[in-house]
Amino acid sequence: MQKQQEAENAEGAAGKKKKKVTAAQLRVQRDLQELTLGSTMKMTFPNPDDILNFTLSIEPDEGMYKGGVFHFSFVVNQNFPHDPPKVKCTQKIYHPNIDLEGNVCLNILREDWKPVLNLNAVIVGMQFLFLEPNASDPLNKDAAEDLRATRDHFKKNVRNSMAGGSVRGVSFDRVLR
Amino acid sequence: MDLDAETPGSPEAPVVDQQGRWKHLYNVLSKPGPYTDEDWVPGPETIQSLESSKIFGAGGLGCEILKNLALSGFKDIHVIDMDTIDISNLNRQFLFRQADIGKPKAEVAAAFVQKRVKGVTITPYVGKIQDKDEDYYMQFKIVICGLDSIEARRWINATLISMVDMEDPESLKPLVDGGTEGFKGQARVILPTLSSCIECQLDMHAPRPAVPLCTIATIPRQPQHCIEWAHQIAWQEKRKDDTFDSDDMEHISWVYNAAYERAQHFHIHGVTFQMTQGVVKNIIPAIASTNAVIAASTTSEVLKIASSCNPYLDNYMMYAGEEGVYTYTFEAEKKSDCPVCGNLARKMNVDRNMTLGEFIESLGERAESQLKKPSMRTEEKTLYQRFPPQLEESTRHNLELKLADLIEDGQEIAVSDPAYTIDFRFRLNFN
Repeated sequence: MQKQQEAENAEGAAGKKKKKVTAAQLRVQRDLQELTLGSTMKMTFPNPDDILNFTLSIEPDEGMYKGGVFHFSFVVNQNFPHDPPKVKCTQKIYHPNIDLEGNVCLNILREDWKPVLNLNAVIVGMQFLFLEPNASDPLNKDAAEDLRATRDHFKKNVRNSMAGGSVRGVSFDRVLR
Repeated sequence: MDLDAETPGSPEAPVVDQQGRWKHLYNVLSKPGPYTDEDWVPGPETIQSLESSKIFGAGGLGCEILKNLALSGFKDIHVIDMDTIDISNLNRQFLFRQADIGKPKAEVAAAFVQKRVKGVTITPYVGKIQDKDEDYYMQFKIVICGLDSIEARRWINATLISMVDMEDPESLKPLVDGGTEGFKGQARVILPTLSSCIECQLDMHAPRPAVPLCTIATIPRQPQHCIEWAHQIAWQEKRKDDTFDSDDMEHISWVYNAAYERAQHFHIHGVTFQMTQGVVKNIIPAIASTNAVIAASTTSEVLKIASSCNPYLDNYMMYAGEEGVYTYTFEAEKKSDCPVCGNLARKMNVDRNMTLGEFIESLGERAESQLKKPSMRTEEKTLYQRFPPQLEESTRHNLELKLADLIEDGQEIAVSDPAYTIDFRFRLNFN
């Protein structure tokens, strides 16, 4: 009985006591501070107090996707950096490594993630996807096929899709600046 | 052996020779051995101290650990588990019977062991370890865990470390952690702040093996790839509005059917309902004997720590049973820049009317910190973040605010500074 009482008291105190900064939060705080964003990338925090959820916007200044603005949502869980951040494209875009649902095929977001990697590594990887779309790791099979077939035709499709047009009967979001 | 011959749910307490039951344990605790510490005093005093040690246990290795602790002479055991008993547990979680399905594990296990081992008191709590705070954990002498996630391990580790008060040796609670995965397992002893902690060893955990998303999306080779596809890609496409719930049978059936169809299309055999459940819930088959080995190892470490009768594990034992048996014991090293045990929270007295900007400036001047470009936060608030620019902009106005308006007296803040590879924690007390 007495023990039960003690346990209940402890429970009551749990609510009042101030929580401590978690290891995941601390690591993200550090990672954010060490970012090198450059002029092509911007981060937005819908709730500045919550640094585990944010969006990244990439505006490639060269390559086939130049002129577009691409938005990605980042969700970091409390198991970070053991678990990688979850990254999704919030627009419907035509890209061989990004499917129509926004899933991204980037090795370090999944099979090659390691806790020693940081958010900067992910962001650099994301930027690279727009400079060098990769037909050998396709997530959008049609786009990958187009890229493999003729680069020029693929390029045209990219321009078209970025303007909000459709490719192979699929319509895409307008992403031009 | 027919275990089910017993009346379900009501274990009969067999007639046990109570004196005889503890004879061997008392032998170990009453005579020094070749490895015991010179200062160790064997005998009734040690036995008594063991019996009065409050031990806290949690998690999936629970049945084994609870039984082992009770049979090792511990008399005051507390156990936390949030799970209820599932039919699939019955093959190895031997304290549970068919009639117990659906009941909380902690309660059933506690009642069973208490009934079978006379004189032991087991206090169950059904819930998460995170429900309890430092005051609760402070009552124990040793914490033993068989948790099933890294997240829970990191939490208990960080909690026990933040409880350490260098002036109070009682505040240091040894943590004995055990874990299994199929035929593999590990046991480790952690002396919070003194030895390598779970966060120091985080890189050692093999990441969950993942198949590239593009393989899943385009060229599946294994039945598991088809299941992953159905779970991760088809679900999003076809059932966008439903949140996938791995405990919902209809959801699992849907994924199974989608996976089965895809497997047929690619001429892949072997997709089964059970495999689907295993893949989406990331189930690694638990093997009773591995659990027994690891639980035995962790409980004997608890016995040694509590009684000092023999030296304890220093500090990591890995057990690999996939090919024959191999175990290796080594000393994991403390990481000097560990975000949890590398830098303990330091107390700092501050003026409550000081602005955050003034406080940050003072951090650069104080001899103990010398932080020139810090970013800092509490658990719920970003106080000031220098980079990226948008976050700097939206936290800049905090610099003008008084500390008392941003934090509470005695609250902990975490500070990162690019000049240091390690982060800092300060507990701010208002003058």
